[in-house]
Amino acid sequence: MENGIALEKKDVNRGKKGHFLLDTWKRMCKNKLALIGISIILIQVILAIFAPVLVAHDPYKQDLASAKLSIGTAGHFLGTDNYGRDMWSRLVYGARISLIVGLTSVVLGLAGGVLLGLISGYFKKLDAVIMRIVDLLFAFPGTLLAMLIIAMLGTSLVNVIIAISIWSIPGCARIVRGSVLSVKNQEYILAMKSIGASHTRIIFKHILPNCTAPIIIFATTRMATAILSCASLSYLGLGAQPPSPEWGAMIAAGQDFMWEAPHMAILPGIAIMLTVFAFNVVGDGLRDALDPNIKFDS
Amino acid sequence: MVQFIIRRFAQMVLLLIGISFIVFMSMHLAPGDPATIIGGPTATKSDIEAIRADLGLNKPVLVQYIDYMNGLIHGDLGYSYRTGQSVTEAITTRFPITIKLAVASMIVAIVIGITAGIISARKPNSMLDFASTTFSLVGVSIPNFWLGTMLILLFSVNLQWLPIGGLNSPFYTTEGFKELILPAITLGTSTAAIIARMTRSSMLEVAQADYIRTARAKGVKQRKVVWVHSLRNALIPVLTVAGINFGGLLGGTIITEQVFAINGIGRLMIEGIASRDFPMVQGTVLLVAGIFVFINLIVDLLYAAVDPRISYD
Repeated sequence: MENGIALEKKDVNRGKKGHFLLDTWKRMCKNKLALIGISIILIQVILAIFAPVLVAHDPYKQDLASAKLSIGTAGHFLGTDNYGRDMWSRLVYGARISLIVGLTSVVLGLAGGVLLGLISGYFKKLDAVIMRIVDLLFAFPGTLLAMLIIAMLGTSLVNVIIAISIWSIPGCARIVRGSVLSVKNQEYILAMKSIGASHTRIIFKHILPNCTAPIIIFATTRMATAILSCASLSYLGLGAQPPSPEWGAMIAAGQDFMWEAPHMAILPGIAIMLTVFAFNVVGDGLRDALDPNIKFDS
Repeated sequence: MVQFIIRRFAQMVLLLIGISFIVFMSMHLAPGDPATIIGGPTATKSDIEAIRADLGLNKPVLVQYIDYMNGLIHGDLGYSYRTGQSVTEAITTRFPITIKLAVASMIVAIVIGITAGIISARKPNSMLDFASTTFSLVGVSIPNFWLGTMLILLFSVNLQWLPIGGLNSPFYTTEGFKELILPAITLGTSTAAIIARMTRSSMLEVAQADYIRTARAKGVKQRKVVWVHSLRNALIPVLTVAGINFGGLLGGTIITEQVFAINGIGRLMIEGIASRDFPMVQGTVLLVAGIFVFINLIVDLLYAAVDPRISYD
């Protein structure tokens, strides 16, 4: 009998979770901009995954005989760069780099930020110390912090990922800490404490799931920042190095040929803008959909 | 209020010490021996040792940090490994250019941002609102180095209306003003987008407040309701956002200076990073971070002064 009740409860919970996700999705569907954003992201993910199948040319292969071909040339519908490399191939492989850098740095930043936020919010004694460190990291403008880390580690794409991850930590830690503080004194947490549940269990099993909404929103908008920062750092020559088809590095290379081949600088910029726009509007959409304070028409 | 200011100043000093420690340690932990960099490939072991002793690099790290702080207090930030020039001197020469760019960008951002926000909020869901909202979304998504490149392509390369780069002439001359237009728009656009968004939401929120309804019920004209009652209150959070973003703009100058070949602090920093010129990187990073912290403090104080609901506790 007891088992039966337990099972029923579990099913009810599962149903609620399903409802929550479905409701969130339904709210997202009402937001046309968010849907456009999701579509752009999906297309990019597909392009990034199936890049070798979808492009006819090697993005690194030089062909000086067909250098700086303009958009619409047969065989190279987005033209070629100053080394005769196909622009479409480079843009598609660039999407791969941007998404990988964005995703990796956001995941690493979240891992650090969530952990610090949980510890800081839950353990009062550690709160002051952790938050002062976070304040210290916040005292640097983001680009500057990333540059400082790159100055320390050297210029490479991996170091850009590390730099963006560290830059993401303080923001995430603050958000998670705020959520923990609002949850940790609720009755069900006190009940867990009173029955002797361990801190680890309370934190990861009962508090963390209640912080997921702000974390998801943070991660989505952070993807936009990470992609933009990666492009900016590569543009400055501090990230991906030639001949990598990273979008920021492509703009930097294209800048020298603006008179003869403006598409070399224009196309990667449009790619960055679309990607960042997509993640920004999806982030906004998620914020609206996950925020219970906002009322939606039924 | 006085106590609040003193407390915030004390916090700022502690923060600045923390920043200086982080920056110093980052450079100290960076791979590559500064003495080898200065000595070059032809330096012998004894030459390198002599350079190390001269720079005080053979002392314990903490002593080196204290020496550095001592120099910092006296305005001595060390010497560039690359050029041998005094870092303080290099910064003093380049800093006014960066400030000029940051201030001009902030003016662009405030003028465009607040205007777009007000237009948007006055007629929500209209075509103008749609245009303004689109500008806000695109403005925060556009990479500023690309925007700069496109502006150069259009206004300098194709139309030949504005110069490509520089900021060499004083801003009050026609040439200097022309040089400033493209970099200021490039750097100010994303902040303008953020301010437009903030102004719109803040104005819409204020428009629903009781005192606005009361003003309308009393028969106050629409123009006065918007410009006097709504805007004044709606601008409080907008000013905070603008203030905080001014610090961000200083960070953004690093990239914009590179696009327009402007010899400011940002370029000095990039050159320092590329050539592993640690004293230069240290000095420039400290300066920008220090100003960022200082501006945040001013914003905090202004916010507390403007909004009487803020507690000083």
